[in-house]
Amino acid sequence: MLTFTIRRVLFALFLIWVVASAAFVLTRLAPGDATFVDGPLSSDTQRAAMRAQLGLDRPLLTQYGSWLAGIVRLDFGTSLLYTRPVGELLAERAANTAILATAALLLATLLGVPAGIYTGTHQGGLGATLTRGISIVLLSTPSLIASLLLVLVATRTGWLPPGGMTSMAGASGWVSWLGDVLRHLPVPTLALALPLAATLERLQSQALVEAQARPFVAAARARGLSAAEALARHAWPASLGPLLGIYGLMIGSLLSGSFVVEAVTAWPGLGRLMVDALVARDLYLVAGAAAAGASGLAMGTLATDLLHAWVDPRVREGR
Amino acid sequence: MAGRRAAWLLAGLTLVTVLAPWLAPYDPSASFRDYRHAPPMRPRVSAGFEVHPITLENRLMERFSEDTTRTVALPWSARATEPVFLLGTDGSSRDVLSRLLAGARVSVGLALIAVLGATLLGTLLGALAGLRGGWVDEVVMRVGDFILILPVLYLVLVLRAVLPLVLAPVLVFALMAGIFMLVGWPVVARGVRAIVARERDREYVQAARSLGAGTGRLLTRHLLPACAGHVAVQASLLLPAFILAEAALSYVGLGFPDALPTWGTMLRAAADINELTRFPWTLAPAAAIFAVTLVTNLALQYHHD
Repeated sequence: MLTFTIRRVLFALFLIWVVASAAFVLTRLAPGDATFVDGPLSSDTQRAAMRAQLGLDRPLLTQYGSWLAGIVRLDFGTSLLYTRPVGELLAERAANTAILATAALLLATLLGVPAGIYTGTHQGGLGATLTRGISIVLLSTPSLIASLLLVLVATRTGWLPPGGMTSMAGASGWVSWLGDVLRHLPVPTLALALPLAATLERLQSQALVEAQARPFVAAARARGLSAAEALARHAWPASLGPLLGIYGLMIGSLLSGSFVVEAVTAWPGLGRLMVDALVARDLYLVAGAAAAGASGLAMGTLATDLLHAWVDPRVREGR
Repeated sequence: MAGRRAAWLLAGLTLVTVLAPWLAPYDPSASFRDYRHAPPMRPRVSAGFEVHPITLENRLMERFSEDTTRTVALPWSARATEPVFLLGTDGSSRDVLSRLLAGARVSVGLALIAVLGATLLGTLLGALAGLRGGWVDEVVMRVGDFILILPVLYLVLVLRAVLPLVLAPVLVFALMAGIFMLVGWPVVARGVRAIVARERDREYVQAARSLGAGTGRLLTRHLLPACAGHVAVQASLLLPAFILAEAALSYVGLGFPDALPTWGTMLRAAADINELTRFPWTLAPAAAIFAVTLVTNLALQYHHD
């Protein structure tokens, strides 16, 4: 288990390094740079001076080297667009995305897994057929569509604020801030969570149906275990392997989904920051945001890999 | 069986995409005076599917009144006299239905071409990996797995954003199709590799090989036909994902220019909170994306082979 853990941690670090470096190099090679954002007014000489001041005139490798050296000291450089340290900006925005993604993952799990257990054990029943129908409809409502519809519902009914993360300008005290955020959370969270919950329901249901057909479940029943006991002790644990395998891939779609949902509901997260940074050719911010996104991804994949290996010994022995 | 349903689905969508612009009642960029934000008009079964005409009642509030004493024929009819907007009009007084149909050619057409490309690339690389094994297999599958765990939209976003931001629509189309192919091939390659690696040691393949069949013949006559069903299913599942990716990119302003009707640019225009709340029919592309995704899921969800 230890070698397995070390190998997965090394892969996670590799993932972050590759993604951040690729974003850095691609943005650096892209046509135009941050000095063009000032608009047509600045002359070529002004631009050249600005480039020299920002260090953008150095060769790619030198620039990449000094950026990498900065990372080791946890200095992500300064955003050219916001003229603030990148680390500071990232901490703020990444936290907002993490709040949204965590809430959505929790909600999706709480809705999807029990529903999947229900449909997996009540095949052919009216309730299961109904749940499955709802699942397929939700599966066909990707986050972009779901968020637009939920914003429509929120504004029409006036039940919830349709966008943003807070509505009070200068919040007084963190209790009222928290309340404010909690009121803004349902619309983006639901938009993100519902399609994922449907995916989980389908997968849990299929995995459970397959697990129940295995001989050891029949053997458990033959030994006198009740249906519920055989399900809880044998069938369900056996269905967790395939489910956790999918969780690893879901972290990626969670980030993709949150990108769209953040755009629709004006949630101040990593997605918006990334778009702005890319358009402004804000080199350090792009690389930093990519590193932050990759870290989230790496941590999610690592967590599911370790859980998977813990549940299913074949995973840690195999590769 | 799912493979056959998937093939029918793709063929059907291709047909609809090709025909769509001819089904459009009006020019998608034509602006109708005095019909800004006109609500959808409902065909009356009792009046032979004709509709009641509407007239602008309050220009400031954009309120319309329906004239229930008369009916007007649908725009496809030879007897059409007044404009009829079955899905209403948008903020520039253009017919939403016509734009939706014209947009289908771009949005669904792009997705179909990207699906074709991703399928070809994925089949080729998957077959190569499965047939050769060894380091080729290792490299192809590692790269594919790496692409699979990355968030698709972020990947597409970065690849798109590092290219010049303002481009002609044709170039945007080609670029997006290329990017989608790069992102989508591992989905197909994974399954093809598994099937080819399994089948290549079966008796019928060995028999063909001992009769002197070369690699090309083995692939085209024996191994790839074994993958056809799997490939068709995976390709169909990529389709809604690509339609959505176009919509998301255009939505954040990195896709097609606003003037070109696509499902993404239409959603971008509709997403303004006032527009959305007061004129929800401008969200028609969202319904269209939902419909395509639902049909795909219904055709493919019920298979257990």
